[in-house]
Formats: sequence, C-alpha cells, structure tokens
Amino acid sequence: MATPVMDKVEAESAASPYITVTFRVRRFNPEVSAEATWEDFQLEIDPKERVLDGLHKIKWDLDGTLTFRRSCAHGICGSDAMRINGKNRLACKTLIKDINPEKPITVEPIKGLTVLKDLVVDMEPFFQAYRDVMPFLITKDTNEPTRERLQSAEDRERFDDTTKCILCAACTSSCPVFWNDGQYFGPAAIVNAHRFIFDSRDEAGEQRLEILNDKDGVWRCRTTFNCTDACPRGIEVTKAIAEVKKALITRRY
Amino acid sequence: MKIHKYDTVIVGAGGAGMRAAIESTKRSRTAVLTKLYPTRSHTGAAQGGMAAALANVEEDNWEWHTFDTVKGGDYLVDQDAAEILAKEAIDSVLDLEKMGLPFNRTPNGTIDQRRFGGHSRNHGEAPVRRSCYAADRTGHMILQTLYQNCVKHGVEFFNEFYVLDQLITEENGVKKSAGVVAYELATGEIHVFQAKAVIYASGGCGKFFKVTSNAHTLTGDGQAAVYRRGIPLEDMEFFQFHPTGIWRMGILLTEGARGEGGILRNKDGERFMEKYAPVMKDLASRDVVSRSIYTEIREGRGCGPEGDHVYLDLTHLPPEQLDAKLPDITEFARTYLGIEPYTDPIPIQPTAHYAMGGIPTNVEGEVLADNTTVVPGLYAAGEVACVSVHGANRLGTNSLLDINVFGKRAGIAAAEYSQTADFVELPENPAQFVIDQVEQLRSSTGTERVATLRKELQETMDANVMVFRTEQTIKTAVEKIAELRERYRNVAIQDKGKRFNTDLLEAIELGNLLDLAEVMAVSALARKESRGGHYREDYPNRDDVNFMRHTMAYREVGADGTETVRLDYKPVVQTRYQPMERKY
Repeated sequence: MATPVMDKVEAESAASPYITVTFRVRRFNPEVSAEATWEDFQLEIDPKERVLDGLHKIKWDLDGTLTFRRSCAHGICGSDAMRINGKNRLACKTLIKDINPEKPITVEPIKGLTVLKDLVVDMEPFFQAYRDVMPFLITKDTNEPTRERLQSAEDRERFDDTTKCILCAACTSSCPVFWNDGQYFGPAAIVNAHRFIFDSRDEAGEQRLEILNDKDGVWRCRTTFNCTDACPRGIEVTKAIAEVKKALITRRY
Repeated sequence: MKIHKYDTVIVGAGGAGMRAAIESTKRSRTAVLTKLYPTRSHTGAAQGGMAAALANVEEDNWEWHTFDTVKGGDYLVDQDAAEILAKEAIDSVLDLEKMGLPFNRTPNGTIDQRRFGGHSRNHGEAPVRRSCYAADRTGHMILQTLYQNCVKHGVEFFNEFYVLDQLITEENGVKKSAGVVAYELATGEIHVFQAKAVIYASGGCGKFFKVTSNAHTLTGDGQAAVYRRGIPLEDMEFFQFHPTGIWRMGILLTEGARGEGGILRNKDGERFMEKYAPVMKDLASRDVVSRSIYTEIREGRGCGPEGDHVYLDLTHLPPEQLDAKLPDITEFARTYLGIEPYTDPIPIQPTAHYAMGGIPTNVEGEVLADNTTVVPGLYAAGEVACVSVHGANRLGTNSLLDINVFGKRAGIAAAEYSQTADFVELPENPAQFVIDQVEQLRSSTGTERVATLRKELQETMDANVMVFRTEQTIKTAVEKIAELRERYRNVAIQDKGKRFNTDLLEAIELGNLLDLAEVMAVSALARKESRGGHYREDYPNRDDVNFMRHTMAYREVGADGTETVRLDYKPVVQTRYQPMERKY
C-alpha cells in the first residue's frame, strides 16, 4: 500500500495567522434596558477559529456580561444556534474565514422565540412542540421480545437522516411561517415525528400523522427550504416534511 | 429562596442521569436538576459504541468482556463490579433497542457490532466485534433515546439549575444526605431541594486540561460539591487521554475509526503501533496508544513543522465505508481542518477525555463516606462516580455501558430507598453556603480574572500531569495550583446581574476545577508507580506490592482554616483474575 503524502496540511501552519475582525453583536438585558442594541467588538483572531471562539474572546477578555449558551463546541450538543450574518448557524461550526471577515460579523439571537438576554432565547415553546408529536417509540406488542427487535438495514436506513437532529432549533427559527405564527409546530418537531413515522418498529404512525394534520401542522409549510439550508447536521428537512405530507395523503409510510 | 420536596433528586441529565430518571420516576416522585437542557449533555458527543457480548457477529461472552475490562484497567478494577458491568451489558443494550435506539443492523436484522480498543476474543487472542453502534453517533442516539423515554414517562426536569451544594445532616452519629442546593440560571434564585435520595450523575471534569474532548461545561461540579462536604474522591490521578483528538483542538475522533481499519502513522508513514502492541496494534488500550504516540513525537518522528502530532490515516478505506460508518468524524475533519479524509491523513494528538476516578460507590450506586461506610440517601453513577469498573484505564465503549448499567442500578436503588426512608431534617440555614458564595463573587472587587486563572490552570495541567508525569512535573503542578487557588480568592466578575449570569457560573465552575485539580495532582504525586493512565517516568513499572489499591482523597480543614488533601487507600476487589503483565 502506498504511504500517503504527509506534508499537504502542514504548509500553512507556521506563519502568524491572526487578523482583526469586528463582531457586531445584538445585546439585550432587561435588567439594564428594555431596548435591544448593537454593540461592536474588535478582535484579533485566527480565521480558522470558530465564531464561538470569537464570542469567548469577547466574554473572557472584553465584556463578561455577554451571554450565550454553549457546551460541546463541535456541533453535537445544539446549544449555540444563532443568527450569524443573517443566517442561522451553530457558532461552534462556523469558521471565521468562511463568513467574510473583511466586514463586520453580525451575531443575533435566533428569531421567533422570546429573547431573554443577549443571544439566549426561551426554548420552551420549541421543546413543547417537540413533545407534542410523541417523540418516542410506540409499539403494541403485548409481550416484549426477549432479544432485540429485528430491523433490516434498508428499514433502518429509511429514517436515518432524521435521527441526526440535535434539537438546536436552527431550522424552526429560520422558518418564516414560524416567525409569523408561533403556533406552527415547526420543522424540528416534524423531523422528529418523521423519525418515528418511518421507523419500521413503530406502530403509532397514524396518531402522529393526525397530530400533524392539525391546522398548525405540516400543511402550514410553504416549502421555502430555509430549514434545510439552516440545518447544521445536513438533514434534508424540507424533504422530510414533504414525505410526511405525502404520507398524510396516501396513508402509506 | 424556595424550598422544594421530592422523594428523589437526580443531579445531571446526561446518559446516567436520564437512565436513572426513567427508573426512579416509575417508583418515586423525582426531580432532575440539570445545568444544561438534557439533550445538550456530553453523552451526545460519544461516538464509537457501547460494548456488550451479544455475539451477534462472532463468538463472544461476558466473561471475556470482564477479563478485557480488568486487564484494560491494569488490574485496579474491582472485579465484582466489572463482572456486573459485562453481564448486564447485554440487557442494557437490549433495553435501549426496545426504547427505540436505532442501532446499525447486520444483514440478519440484529444489532451490528464492530471492533474496539482492548476488546478481545478469549483473553487477548485477537480483536473481537463487541461494540454495538449507530454509525459514529452512538452517544447522540443514546442521549436522544433516553430523553425521548423521559418525555414518555413524564420525567420532571429543572433545566439550567446548577447544583452548588450537597446538604448532609448527622442523625444518631450517621451522616445522611438531606438534599441539595441549586442556583437557577434564568433568575439567579436559590432553591433548596429536600430529598430522601440524591443521585449525582453530573459527568466529568476534563476542563482542567487545555487540549480536551470535553465540553466547556464539564467542570466537576458534582465531585466538588460532595468533596467539600467531607466525602472522599477515589482514584482521581487516573485520567484517560484519548489517542485521537483533532490536533490542537482536542475534538474527539472515535476509536471506531481504527476499529473500521484506520491506521496511525508517524512522519515516515510508518505504522508505529506494530512496534508497541504486536497483536492488537492500533487497537491496543488507549493509555498504551497515547503513550506510543507521545514516544514517537519525543523521538522526533512526529509530523508537521513542530513535529507535535501524528496522523490518523483512513485513506485506504473505501469512501462508502467512511460515509456509512464514520460520517460525523470525517465531517469534523472537513469542517475544522479543511481536510478530505478520503485522500488525506488527519493530524491528531492525544486529548484529555475521561476521569476514571470520582465519587466512590458500591455496585448499587451508594456513595461511600470511607472505605466501607455508605452515606444513606446518597448515590452516584456515570463519569462522576468511581465504582470502580474502569480502574486505571477505561476501555472504549465501556463508558456508554457504565452509564446505562449503573445509571439504571442507581435509579432503582435510590427510588427503593426513598420509598421506605423518611426525609432527613435540613441543616440550619441550608442555603447559606451558596448564598455566601454567590454574594461574595457578585460583590468582589478583586483584580483576578476567571479566564486568566483558568488558562493558567489548563496550561499547567497539560504541561505537568498529562500522559507522562514525574515527581518534578507533578510538584510543579501542585505548587501552581496552590498559587491559583490563592489568587482565586481575589477573583472578580463583571456581570453583577441576576438574569442568566453565566459570568458568575463560570467563576464558580473554575473554583470546582481548582479543587479537583489539586486532588488529582496530590493523588498522582503519591502514586509512585505506573499503571494504566497514570504513567510516572521516574517509576515506570507497575508496583502491585505497594500500589494495588485505590486512592481515597479527603478534604481536611485545619484549625486555622487551611485546606489540605489527606490521602488514604482502599483495597481492590479481586475475584477471578490474578494480576499479570499487560501486553497487547
């Protein structure tokens, strides 16, 4: 076997990589003022660093009052969805170099949920919609099998895409229908319903479809694809919603 | 201040906490207090799998798994606990499948299994396929499945509640758990939770290292809360450095990558693990692989201009296999390094990953006040605890297993206890410690900054108590930590508000990290041998005569208020296996 070339990644690592960028952050603290404002921060940062690293530099070196949620810092926990340069992204998965650092980088809370402080929003309505679709496996066996339920690799693949959801709310809070009407379940809840409707082991597909047939259910979707663009996990959200709509019409899934 | 009363309180909502909650909620009135929304917990970052001798794809049995766990832990494992872990592994995987977990499947439709480090057929003959997995996002699927089942069972969560103090009341000479004190992030309000039983499931403390796979929030809050109240911490010198973190960032790249056939190479392209572990090669245990990587680096065979990393090479694996089995980690390489793993090797270095030590418990999850005495009403499970099933080094896939087996056991044991026990009276002014702590930080006019102290702590830990340690490096760390603890008394925060004051919480978390770093370094200094994850260059051999025993670290407060760490030791439980030299 040929030995891979070992020098490709190394070339750029030696020189000092820092550049100066401006972070333009939406600030809001009702303990201080009822009005939200923009505040600019200048930072020295390696463009290969994440937007989250920039926010940490602000919080740790410049202004400890800047408030945001974060945990894993590599796109798995779903804490740090925010609106960066007008687009929903995870701050920990967005590198400075990929969002035009020549211009000020705008950072705002995600839309459609009540802002509580700076970049922190009230997630409760989002999780309520999730809970409303019965996001758990429902089976009707009277006797539980002793071993695992069998599932073919193809049946497992059928719902693989929607198992990737990390409940970050990037999709739901990018949806114009959700902005205008907080009653809409929103893409994330539908994604999580899809994950069970199309799981061959689950036996409550009809119930879930009826929930989503509601006036605030899937039919509110206007197929703008914002959700698919926003998903940091690469889930084809709009496609999943379309599959649920189709299942509602054909009652086949 | 608000006072709440629950039968059972669970601290933390990762895998162990939610697995406990599912059991506990069925049996007792339960509250789960968690500083993060449950699905944000770091269980979700685990990738490779969960070990269980299902024997779905080749011959396997729980006895082989027990042996591998004991050997992997360099014989510091309590063998009775390891046997429970390996036996109950099978049901705990099946439980998760029945709860809905979407495991990858074999062509027969059963749960698929793959190889993982240190897991072998017939006591070390060859690697065995024991890891049950869902692509490289097994932890994510476990966390989601457990949360889904918590929703199903109506588990009551208090999200973004930070538990900052453990309440203990002495009744007839016996120290009992009375409850906990929590700080509500949204409002700054302090809550006392009186509970018959408390389960700590608050995770690890890896944030005292700089290069780590751990989340920002893994700051050892649970360990620190009980330690301050006189509960010992066991085997804190044993910390696992996962061989394959993304270079400089520490983001985890699963051992499953090597289970799928990935190879570690030095700057000459040599598969160096063949030299160090002729049988298991790249799938030797993590402590062995991490030391081998640093040996290559120290001997000048590291990659890059600074020779400070090696490569994880996946380029010989078919792209379809990478897409199907390792989609997340290949995406990490693309996102964070701009590297295409189909064609280019990935620069990696060992990353601080997992605390083998923690709050000592027995196999029912009951917390120990010393070598033998149980604290009535106090339980712990998962990374925060030390049962000890991992001994001096944990095998990959045994932590997702640990949280399920011992999370369930602790949940049942705690709920059964709270069904029969009475509430223990709260201490006088139960919230006083937390009120003072919060008030002191909010009103401090000191000059030290949290970020500066934390950075200095992380740098000294990386430099001095990482993969290679000596008396001198550990002493350097002990002195530095003492200096930082002193300076911490003069720390100030900028945010003086009540609402979502994460500035305040980061300061408190730093205090916890400093306490635990001290325990770790002091424990490491006293262990004059090399075993598992604790490698002393000045004592390179394992010393079973003097150190086949668990460290028990106690906080001592002198008459003048000075705090020190007092060390004691606890025997290791040995049943079937006599210690042997560990070779892979």
